[in-house]
Amino acid sequence: MKAPASTAVYFRVTGGLFLLLALTVSLAFVDMGPLNIVVAMTIAVVKALLVVLYFMHVKSADGVTRAAACAGVLWLIVMVALTLSDFLTRT
Amino acid sequence: MGEHRIPVAHQFDDSVQQRSAATLGMWIFLATEVLFFGGMVLAYAVYRVLNPEAFARASRVQNILLGGINTAVLLTSSCTMALAVHAAQHGQRRRSVICLLSTMFLGLAFLVIKGVEYAEKLHEHLVPGIDFRYAGADAGAAQLYFILYFLLTGFHALHLTIGIGLLAVLAVRSALGYFSAEYSNPVEVAGLYWHFVDIVWIFLYPLIYLIQAYR
Repeated sequence: MKAPASTAVYFRVTGGLFLLLALTVSLAFVDMGPLNIVVAMTIAVVKALLVVLYFMHVKSADGVTRAAACAGVLWLIVMVALTLSDFLTRT
Repeated sequence: MGEHRIPVAHQFDDSVQQRSAATLGMWIFLATEVLFFGGMVLAYAVYRVLNPEAFARASRVQNILLGGINTAVLLTSSCTMALAVHAAQHGQRRRSVICLLSTMFLGLAFLVIKGVEYAEKLHEHLVPGIDFRYAGADAGAAQLYFILYFLLTGFHALHLTIGIGLLAVLAVRSALGYFSAEYSNPVEVAGLYWHFVDIVWIFLYPLIYLIQAYR
């Protein structure tokens, strides 16, 4: 869990986050039908992964910490998937 | 704190074990936070699936520019927070305090911009329960959108306010020399919390503001 020796990685990650923010705003102005939300959420997940892996040091964390970090997201996926599998398939 | 004494609580073998326990504890708390916000986001998703047109129309009153600026402000604050943790871990007291204060300042800037947006909503009669008058069709579904908007952004702002308070305590303690290269757990753990609040906004911005920007 030790932080990296250099701070350069934090500036690179921040640069990447700003590029992704610009990308998500630009693509929101393009009509892609139902794909808009898919693209927006995909970019958000990539941004979140950058923050989790580099700012929150999960990339260099031990197994127990990684498991705890995955646990919340795992249950969230179960909750969202089961609920939306109902509401998205109603006719 | 004249000399460097590493405070290790008596239940821990050493500072390494104390440090991983602190990190693990914060991650478990964050798992409960993921589900706390997840429940509200799921409610938003369900009502948006049921009322796609009304939610898209209601979202058009949102100020995409102010929301985008706020996203940039929070992303930058995560960078300064990471730098504060880095400085604390390397025993650079002065740098750590400066980065903590910058992070607090950016957090406050976010809250001020959010306040401007809330004031706009109040001015346009779009605050359910206080003053809600909606001209368009499907006023009921639009009201749901604004209820969920205030619920999600309100709890996010509350978390940010708590984060700013935490950082204020840590900045004072850093300046007083409580932390060193051997012991900086509180700064690291507060950093994890701050980054989590940033991640929540990373999802809220496209969900709430960018539904149908192309119309």
